[in-house]
Parts: sequence; C-alpha cells; structure tokens
Amino acid sequence: MLDDKDRIFTNIYGWEEAGLKAAKKRGDWDKTATLIKKGREWIIDEMKASGLRGRGGAGFPTGMKWSFMPKESDGRPHYLVVNADESEPGTCKDRDILRNEPHKLLEGCLLAGFAMGAHAAYIYIRGEFFNEGSAILTAIEEAYDAGLLGKNAAGSGWDFDIILHRGAGAYICGEETALIESIEGRKGQPRNKPPFPAMAGLYSCPTTVNNVETIAVAPTILRRGAGWFSALGRNEKNAGTKLFCISGHVNQPCNVEEVMGIPLRELLEKHCGGVRGGWENLKAVIPGGSSTPLIPKGTCENIHMDFDSLREAGTGLGTAGVIVMDKSTDIVYAICRLSRFYMHESCGQCTPCREGTGWLWRVMTRMVHGNASVEEIDMLYEVTKEIEGHTICALGDAAAWPVQGLIRHFRPEMEKRILEYRKAAA
Amino acid sequence: MPKLTINGMDIEVERGTSILQAAEQLGIEVPRFCYHDRLSVPANCRMCLVEVEGGPPKPVASCAMACGEGMVVKTDSPMVQKARKGVMEMLLINHPLDCPICDQGGECDLQDQAVAYGFDRSRFHENKRAVPDKELGPLIKTIMTRCINCTRCVRFAEEVAGTPVIGQMNRGEDAEIGTFIDELVKTELSGNLIDVCPVGALTSKPYAFKARSWELRKTDTIDVHDAVGSNIRVDVRGREVMRILPRLHEDVNEEWISDRTRFAYDGLNKGRLDRPYIRDENSGKLKEASWDEAFAFIAGKLKGVKGDQIGALAGDLCDVESMVALKDLMSALGSPHMDCRTDGALFDVSQRAGYLFNSTISGIEAADAIVLIGTNPRLEASMVNARIRKVWLEKRIKIGVIGEVVDLTYPYTHLGKGPQDIESLMKAKDGFAKILKEAKNPLIIVGQGALIREDGLAVQHAVRELAEHFGGTYNVLHTAASRVGALDIGFVPGEGGRDFHSILEGTKDGTLKALYLLGADEFDARGEIGWKTFTIYQGHHGDHGAARADVILPGAAYTEKDGLYVNTEGRVQQAKRASFPPGEAREDWKILRALSETLGKTLPYDTDVQIRERICREWPHLGAIDQVVSAEPAKFGKKGKLSKEPFRSPVTHYYLTNPICRASDTMRACTRDFGVEDNHIAEAAE
Repeated sequence: MLDDKDRIFTNIYGWEEAGLKAAKKRGDWDKTATLIKKGREWIIDEMKASGLRGRGGAGFPTGMKWSFMPKESDGRPHYLVVNADESEPGTCKDRDILRNEPHKLLEGCLLAGFAMGAHAAYIYIRGEFFNEGSAILTAIEEAYDAGLLGKNAAGSGWDFDIILHRGAGAYICGEETALIESIEGRKGQPRNKPPFPAMAGLYSCPTTVNNVETIAVAPTILRRGAGWFSALGRNEKNAGTKLFCISGHVNQPCNVEEVMGIPLRELLEKHCGGVRGGWENLKAVIPGGSSTPLIPKGTCENIHMDFDSLREAGTGLGTAGVIVMDKSTDIVYAICRLSRFYMHESCGQCTPCREGTGWLWRVMTRMVHGNASVEEIDMLYEVTKEIEGHTICALGDAAAWPVQGLIRHFRPEMEKRILEYRKAAA
Repeated sequence: MPKLTINGMDIEVERGTSILQAAEQLGIEVPRFCYHDRLSVPANCRMCLVEVEGGPPKPVASCAMACGEGMVVKTDSPMVQKARKGVMEMLLINHPLDCPICDQGGECDLQDQAVAYGFDRSRFHENKRAVPDKELGPLIKTIMTRCINCTRCVRFAEEVAGTPVIGQMNRGEDAEIGTFIDELVKTELSGNLIDVCPVGALTSKPYAFKARSWELRKTDTIDVHDAVGSNIRVDVRGREVMRILPRLHEDVNEEWISDRTRFAYDGLNKGRLDRPYIRDENSGKLKEASWDEAFAFIAGKLKGVKGDQIGALAGDLCDVESMVALKDLMSALGSPHMDCRTDGALFDVSQRAGYLFNSTISGIEAADAIVLIGTNPRLEASMVNARIRKVWLEKRIKIGVIGEVVDLTYPYTHLGKGPQDIESLMKAKDGFAKILKEAKNPLIIVGQGALIREDGLAVQHAVRELAEHFGGTYNVLHTAASRVGALDIGFVPGEGGRDFHSILEGTKDGTLKALYLLGADEFDARGEIGWKTFTIYQGHHGDHGAARADVILPGAAYTEKDGLYVNTEGRVQQAKRASFPPGEAREDWKILRALSETLGKTLPYDTDVQIRERICREWPHLGAIDQVVSAEPAKFGKKGKLSKEPFRSPVTHYYLTNPICRASDTMRACTRDFGVEDNHIAEAAE
C-alpha cells in the first residue's frame, strides 16, 4: 500500500483549493527553472530511468517516446499535445487531475515541452468536460499572470505557451492522430502510421501526444528523482504509482492513487470497501477501462494490477479504470452494451471497424436473449479476430477485446442461454 | 534506393515507393479498393494488407507503407489470406446482392475481388444497411447502398477536379458519401467519379440500364470535343454508341476525360443527316435526294462558275483527310478562297510555332509559372486545366491571368483584362513580372479569346514578345479539334485568297457564287451567308450550316470514320471507326472524292491508304502518329494597335460547343441543371 509521503496527487479529492497558491503549497512549480536548467538530455534520461509508462492505456515508455522527437528542429516547430479527451468508459482519473491538480499538468507541460523542444502545448479536452475545461483555463491564466507560462516561462529562459482546445465529444478523438486531425479542424479520423506524430503530427510538425496523467506526474518524478519513482511498484517495468478508478459493484467506488502492481483484491478491499455482498459475490472485473477483456473471479483472486501481470492474464491495465461486476450482473448484456458503444463511436473510416462493430453488436443483442445458435459463438469470435489488427487505429481492437474476453470466460453461460431460449421457443 | 524482398523475389525501388507499388512492379497482384495511382492514400479499405516480417504481428496496409531497406514482405501468407478474407467479408455484409441489375456488373472491382479473395457464402444474418440515394445531377446516378466508403470520389473531387463538393458524412456504420447540403456535382470532370468508383455506387445516368459491358464492341479512338485530343474508348452495340470511356495517355489526358467528351455521345444519334437533301427553289424546303441527284444538282449549279467565285470553309470537327480532299478539290477548281478559322481568328499562322501549344500538355508539369491570356482553360480544354491544377497542387506554382475573372479551381493573380495589360506586365519590374523573371520555365498560354479579335495579329505579337522577354514558352490553346490539322495542311487563304470574313462578304456582295461548308457550324450561317450564294453543306448534323444549305451531303461523325486529328500541341492522332454512319451518310473524304469525279476534276486517290500517302508526301509529320513534331522557333505576329476591349473566352456554354453537343439531350440537361443559359440552336434542316 502506498505511503502518504509517496503520493503524487495529494489533492486528487479536491479537499484543498486547486488554485496556484494552494498548488505551490503542495510543491508544484517548485524550482521548475532548475529542472529545466539541467537540460533536455537530463530530463529524458531521468524519465527513462524512472520507468514511467504512458498512462493513457498503451503503456509505452514515456522517456523513450520523448526521445523520438528530433533533437534539432529542421525549421518546423515542435508540439506537445496533451490528450485530455478521457472518454474510455470506466475511467475518470484525468477528470480529477483537471479539476483539482491542474498545475501539476501545466508544470508537466512546460517540462515535457522543454524536453522535446516544443514551445507550445495543446491541451485537447473532451467537450463534455466543460467545468474541467474552465478549471484548466483558470489555471492557465493564473500561470501566465505569475510568469510561469509565456515568455521566459517560470524564469527558465524557455518560452512556452499552452492552448486549450475543446473537443466535441467523440470517443475516437482520444486516439492520438484523430485528436491531431480534430485540432487541425478536420473530422476526427485517425491517420495512418507511419508517419508517426513524432515525425509529422500536428500541422505536419513533430508532435508528441501524451495522456494527462503521464504529463502530470512528470514534475514530481523529476523533482524527487527517477530512483524514488522506480523503487515504487512491483518491478522496474511496472514502476511507480498509478491512479485507479474503481466503479461498479463495490461499496465505495473511488479514484485512488496506489502503487503499480497492487493486488486487485487488496485494491478493492482497502479502498472501496470491498465487493458488494462480499468477495464471494464477485463475478468478473474489467481491469482497465471498457476496452480490456474482462477477467473472471478466479483470475481476480491473485492478480496484480500492472501492465505485465494483466497482459499475462489475457487482458490489460489500460487506463486502470476498474469495473467491478457482482453476481447480479447480466454479463452478456454488459458486454453487449460495450459493443454498442464501440459501434456508435467507430469513425467509419476503415472497413473492418465500420462494418464489424455493428455486426458484433447485432449478434450480441441476440446472444443476450439466447436467440442464436451455438456455432454463432464461434463465428462471433472469428469476426472479432477479423476486426482485430486489421484497422487503422486501435478502436477496432478495443471493440473486439471485450467480446473475446466474454467468450473466453463465459462461454458456458452464453450456451446455456441459447439452449434455454430454444427450449422456451419449442 | 531500398532493396526488399516480396514473396521471395528481390527488388530495388525508388525511395518513397509503397509496398503495393513495388509488388505491382514485380507483377504481384495486391487487391485494393481505396488506393488509386493518381489520388492521395487514405488506406481505409484495408484490402491491400500484407505481412511484413519482423514488424508487429499484424498485417500492414501495403498502399500506405513505404518500402524499407531489407524488408521481407509476403503477399500470400496465411495471415494475409485470412486478413483479406476478413476484410472482404466486412465489405460484403452490407453490400446489396444486386449485381444482376447493377450497371457496374461485369466490370466491378468488388465483384472480381470477391470471387478471388472472398468467402463463398454469407454468415451475416442481420438486416442489411440501406443508404438513401443522392441527387448529383444529370450525369451521375447514385445507389449509395452499394457504396463501400473508399472515398475515391471524395478525393478525386477535391484533388483532381478541385471542386470539393462531396465528402463522407456521419460516423461509423452510418457513414455515407454525399454533398451534406443537397448540391449537384457541378464540375466539367464529374464523369470521372464514375470511373474511380470501384463499385456500382456511382454510375452513369445516361447509360443506366442501357447495356451490359460484355455485349459492347470496344474501339480505341480520339475525342474531338476540344482541341486536346483526349484518348477515348467508344463502346458500341449495333451501330449505336452506348458510352464513351477514357483511355490512358500520360501525355494528353492521363486517365481522365471531360464531361463533354464522355456524355455528348447521345447527340450522335439525334439530328443526324442520313441522306442527301436538295433545297427546292420554289418552296424553299429541303427535299430528300439520292447521291446522284445531289451531285448532278451541284454540277449543274457550278457550271459556268469560275474557280475564284467559289469559297470553302472547314469547321471544328473535321478530320485531316476530308480537309485535304476539299483543299485539293478547291485547287483543282482554281479557287484560293478557303479558311478553317470560322471563329474569325486573324492571327498569323504562317509559322507553325505561332499556333501550337509548344510546351506540350505534359510539359506543363515542368512549368514554374504560368500566365493565361484570354483563355478559360477550364471550359476550353478541361484536361489542360486539370494538368495546370496538378502542377499547382504539387508545386504551388504562381499563375497569372489576363482576361476574365473565373473560377479555375486554383488560385491565381489577376493581372488585367485586356491587351494593354500584356504590355504593362512586360514593362513591370516587380509583382508578377518578378515571379516570371525568376522562373526558369514560365509558360505563356494564349487562348482563342485573345486571338479571335480584330487586333488578334497584334495580340499574338505582344504575347510572343512577352514570352521572349521572360524567356518563357509561347503556347496557343485551341478550342477546335480540327484547327491545328487544318493549319498544318494550309487550309487557309491561298495566294490572293479570301479569309473567313472576306468570304462572307463575298457572298453578300455577290462576288462569290458558291460556298462549300465542310462541317462549318460555329457561325450563324443563315445570317452571315448572302442569300444568293449557292451553299453546299457537308456534315453530320442538322445544325447552323445545314439550315442555310442549298444542298446537304451527309457525312460521318468522329466515331464513324478513320481520320487524323492534330491536337493543340501538334500531336497527330488517329481516330478509328467504331460504327457506321447512319443511312446514306458516307465518310467525308470519300464524298469529296465522288463529287470531284462528277465535277470532272477527279481527285487522285481511291483508298484510305492512297489519301494517307498523299498527305504524308506533302506533310511528312502527319504520318508520325502519336508524335509531337515540335515547331521551329520563329518570329510571327505583327506589331499593331491593341484595342482596349477586354478578352472574352469563346466558350460561354460549356455543354453546347458543337453540333454533337447541341443535339445531345444529356448536354441539354446539363445546361438546364447546372444553370448555364441555353443559347439559340438552329433546328435541323427543316
């Protein structure tokens, strides 16, 4: 369990003011200039050494990502884009950072921007986050007024601007290249990669897109040292602390910062008052936001909440949005609802996702009642495999995985429904 | 130059080549829908997935992935086959199974690739999606349920045509192609949307349900609706032309054609002259006649008429052979009075360089600055305009216009309206003059709008001086398919001969007793030709010329004869006969040959080969088919007074520029729906 002294987001619950004065009291913007004076290489090396992996879902090592940016500008400006389009069902960590710890994000923007040679950062915030957007705007204004942003930001000698860009509420705009398209004023449709954003991103300039949490933890890591961060967590590949968002059938749903690799059971019982009706009443958990495959209770017993343990269990840490489902859950319907979400959010650009997500949802709606044949379960699985890995972006995969997880772990339940439906129909 | 291996075969390709292109070079077929050579690459159909060893364990879109050094690519591995099958199944689940009533049937990419790469049955038991059809105008029929959202049409409209009116609306499976606010696809290149559509979503409206592709006889030939000489394929059933499609020619039309070229074909079956007519002198009505009667009538009328009392005019759609035959006949009769410039152009045609598009059309791509003078290439030569847009899109070259302010689909600097502005551009030191001065290969393109004027000769001179001043190339953009051929063979006033204006005057003052119109329809024949002059009209449509004629000799349209045409850049191209002329109508040079015999001046050739020999003997360059024989640089034009009158493009009604268009219902519908004024059209020989 995480000690209070190791907590990065000390105001995640908003018990104190979010404003600059309170943030400074919590340690934000403390000697930012000295960190910058240590140079780009130092920042990137420190980030690499800390073992921080992207908090947006894919878990790509952050230091390495920053190092992909060209060392010298070829005349084009560099950009940092912060992905605050938090739309993954079951995830609400960035929301609370934006509300209560905006200065951690802004300071992180400056440090990360400096490390990648960017003079401007765009914060792309989802349209539904109206109040959060206003909170960030207030924080940006405070920072400008205090000289922490703008010319010679925070006395570092580095000019830095932050621009807030509001999205219109499409899930797909959380995909980094669709997000870039959206900032450029076009329809949010993912681009082909390569070229990767680090070569040609926003306005065809070198760009790095990072999650809010990734950027917000960077200042603390740099201040307290890579060694401190990497010492936390289960191993060096799954290091540090992480915000977990626990929702569903627990007694006290919450956002909580914990060490990476905390056992799932400990997470639920320590922080959420346990599963509703007791541990034995647990049916399944979606461990990392709606796109990760669910794991049944048996797997939940001993699983650690980190990238690699969950991957071994056939799922993923994703955004660490933990959705807990007890025995009262209609698990087929739950996944069916997710299929509908992905059908609705598919951008329609590439074939497998545009056509396949609707197919999945339609078959799933029949599966809910058992109005299908047993062979169709295999067909459904094959269809998910036809979508997975064949699309431009990862939304196709995200649509396929929950269904795959369901079939993998709850096939008997699906078959039972089909047989019951047939019996009733006969 | 990366080297890579595809299916075990090594290949070295240019940097930036995609895997798909490299595979094509090796002759390996990679299925695709959204990818098109001349459009941007969205990689959205996912059909071209291939396996790249060592990469992530999933297939990559070969159209969007550039070849890398040492790549090992497989296009037929189990992973690829599975991916293709999957994508094909996804494409088909919401695609209607209406191939038997689909006009794309038999030439449909989806059909072909479904057979090659798909499942043999459907596993999709849900309701299929239906998409409301869109109204895009009289040329394009839509059945949007068939659309596979490849966005080729969107990219074509945006990139090549420069008219971004269609796009993909909505999201996910509700995505559909449309114009968002209901709008017609109003561009002179819209027919190409039909060609780029890989399925039957966009099909030809005039051709709808008319024929199946496999029952058509296909002939490769040349278009005559403008002076570009687009390469086309004419599809015929029986003797009726069912449709016209573009043919690939990188140096002329690439693989596009304009709407007039593609859709005016229904005019070939309407208002045709299918037998000779003689005008009854008492009633003034035309009466049907036989060839013998018509020839005898002409011979009778010409008896006693001296050679220099006869004039001849050749129209815009004539082939070289017929004009040579008419010229030979006129020489035999002793008349120097002939002209092909029935638009009244007066510029100097003594030097070939003075009337050619010297840079050549593909040479536009080497330009780094262009000045358009008195021309609207979008209407006068759509393919040339598309080429200019292409260069602008690639290199953002600077373009200046002296003439009307019109939408050319690319931005330009308006440098003035009339001849004076040519002079001031030459004198200027900065602004566009500076751009021209710094340009290595500036193009000066002068259109008929600047030359069909009283000061045409002086304008030509000024333009040549302008080109020389800036070290650029002088180019003339013609609008008539026959014009360069006619000028090449010298179908212009001989020694002491009369030009177009003077011929018309001669008919009015009675000095010209007879006038031979060879397909000359682009002037008001009834109003301009004196009423006493005996007028012979030879041509294929009952249009302006036939309305005035005393004798009508029915000829063949461009799809009905083998003929040579020389396009605006001086490229000699051969049209091929796709079908036969209707009724009694005959090939034009043969009519003249037969008439010459009746007149006692028999022309010395009886076969196609003999007349070609006759042509090549005098003008050897006309024997070099599909070659551009460039002209020697020369001095031409004559310094003179420039008028203040602004330039005006001669093409005001894009869809109604010649007798075939004017007879075409489709072209009339375009004029109606696209909001262009209808002009007065002389009825067929009533």
